[in-house]
Amino acid sequence: MAVASADTAIRTSRITRAFIYLFLLLFALFYLLPFGIMLVNSLKPLSEITGGNMIALPQDWTIAPWLSAWSTAQIGVEPTGLRPYFINSLVMAIPAVVLSTVVGALNGYVLTKWQFRGSTIIFGLLLFSCFIPFQIVLIPMARILGLLDIAGTTPGLILVHFVYGIGFTTLYFRNYYAAFPTELVRAAQIDGAGFFQIFWRIMLPSSGPIIAVSFIWQFTNIWNDFLFGASFASGGSAPMTVALNNLVNSSTGVREYNVHFAGAIMAAAPTLLVYIVAGRYFVRGLMAGSVKG
Amino acid sequence: MAASTDTGVDLRTRLQTWLPKLVLSPSLAIMLVFVYGFIAFTIYLSFTDSRMLPSFGWVGWDNYDRLFRIREWNTAISNLAVFATLYIGISTLIGLSLAIFLDQKIRGEGVLRPIFLYPMALSFIVTGTAWKWFLDPAIGLENTMQLWGWESFSFTWIKDREMAIYTVVIAAVWQSSGFVMAMFLAGLRGIDNEILKAAQIDGASNWNLYRRIILPQLRPAFLSAFVILSHLAIKSYDLVIALTGGGPGNATALPATFMYSYTFTRNQMGIGAASAVIMLMTIAAIMVPYLYAELKEKK
Repeated sequence: MAVASADTAIRTSRITRAFIYLFLLLFALFYLLPFGIMLVNSLKPLSEITGGNMIALPQDWTIAPWLSAWSTAQIGVEPTGLRPYFINSLVMAIPAVVLSTVVGALNGYVLTKWQFRGSTIIFGLLLFSCFIPFQIVLIPMARILGLLDIAGTTPGLILVHFVYGIGFTTLYFRNYYAAFPTELVRAAQIDGAGFFQIFWRIMLPSSGPIIAVSFIWQFTNIWNDFLFGASFASGGSAPMTVALNNLVNSSTGVREYNVHFAGAIMAAAPTLLVYIVAGRYFVRGLMAGSVKG
Repeated sequence: MAASTDTGVDLRTRLQTWLPKLVLSPSLAIMLVFVYGFIAFTIYLSFTDSRMLPSFGWVGWDNYDRLFRIREWNTAISNLAVFATLYIGISTLIGLSLAIFLDQKIRGEGVLRPIFLYPMALSFIVTGTAWKWFLDPAIGLENTMQLWGWESFSFTWIKDREMAIYTVVIAAVWQSSGFVMAMFLAGLRGIDNEILKAAQIDGASNWNLYRRIILPQLRPAFLSAFVILSHLAIKSYDLVIALTGGGPGNATALPATFMYSYTFTRNQMGIGAASAVIMLMTIAAIMVPYLYAELKEKK
């Protein structure tokens, strides 16, 4: 499709266009402001925040708040900084992302190329699991994690995120493989290729984009999760979001806003980085999760 | 010799027909246990006298009876009604406006679009932290306006029991309106320009083009936006925790925060389970018809 035809054929007057640009710029400011100001203020000494203007640039630029947030700030009872929790989140997110993507890819393959009686119902059951309010599973999940003896640990959280990620990853791969020519699969079958051979040799090599979507989207969801982290992690095994919330809402001592801001940006950094590097896939994931097909 | 290869081939084809089901079965088993089994268990608990731990004394509809007589639950329900209405309405309005404007051959679209969308990549905890402080009268917007000479400027919604729920709306709209924009923009880009050109030749004004031709074609996008936003609204938990902690008092309590506090901090598990069931039913009432229609269309 040519670039010109991607836009609408609507013609607008000069005044209208000026208004449109103004409107768009104002909203760009609205989206940038809270985060931008947080970034600026994370580089100020505390006195400039409590006694000064939040829009002003720092007079004394300092990275002390960042160092403090990373390695010495009080999180809960321990003055460990956010570093161990950042690592917790990575250790939790990466296996859960990989596992749920692998399972999702296989499910999507079966649900599109090896359909059988009842496979649509199974897909429906998987799909509904994407949208349940997780409050409905919190109580039994806590029991099961206890029974498996992984309550309050990172492996426990990996399991939780893996389980509730399958629905989404299956949805991604199913929609993607639905557009993949089934004739190719049937031809390979006639040539004697088996189930896994076809998946490995024919489906996977063309799955790059959807694997990227699945990785990015699962990583963002799991990294940003708070409810499961708050419910099932205890103390030292808490993920980054829970640690950040503890840091910001700790009631002891002076509220070190600049440290809170530095911490918030650290918690945002990985997903933001993914968004900047691979925004294209991020948007695709949003679409796949909303407009099916 | 021939016979043995025959059974070999036979076994292999039989394995091939079973393999897809075999591959799918672990996921199905996981779903049946961790989703549907857990839902059944929570529903069961909502009819028991569970307190700190699950217990199995049957109490019938008692928990539901009590739930709707708890003041905080009724606050949470009416908060959710206010929050969901404004959140869905404003996000849709902003998202649609941004999409329509961005669709007018705008210079710099490639820069603006990611700016509108990036908040969606952030955790609600980060969003909550940013806005909590931005709206804090002592150091945020109010203070800045006063330092700039607008002495009488006052914006204390976040500390105000009546208004605090609207700050949750502001932060939530900030986070998701760009996402709604992306959905509408995709819809707009899918509209056939030839129809628009033909209508223009017939002398239709821009206003009429949008009202009569474009907006009706965006119906699927409206529906998806509504479904996604309403299920996000009902599930909202993190944002309230980070922004207001449910306060002042419990002025910004939502069903999700109510469920958590009754189940895990107040040791009223039966009531917590009942509130979770109500949340599930609300979401199911929206999602099940939508998913059913989507899946049926596919065939």
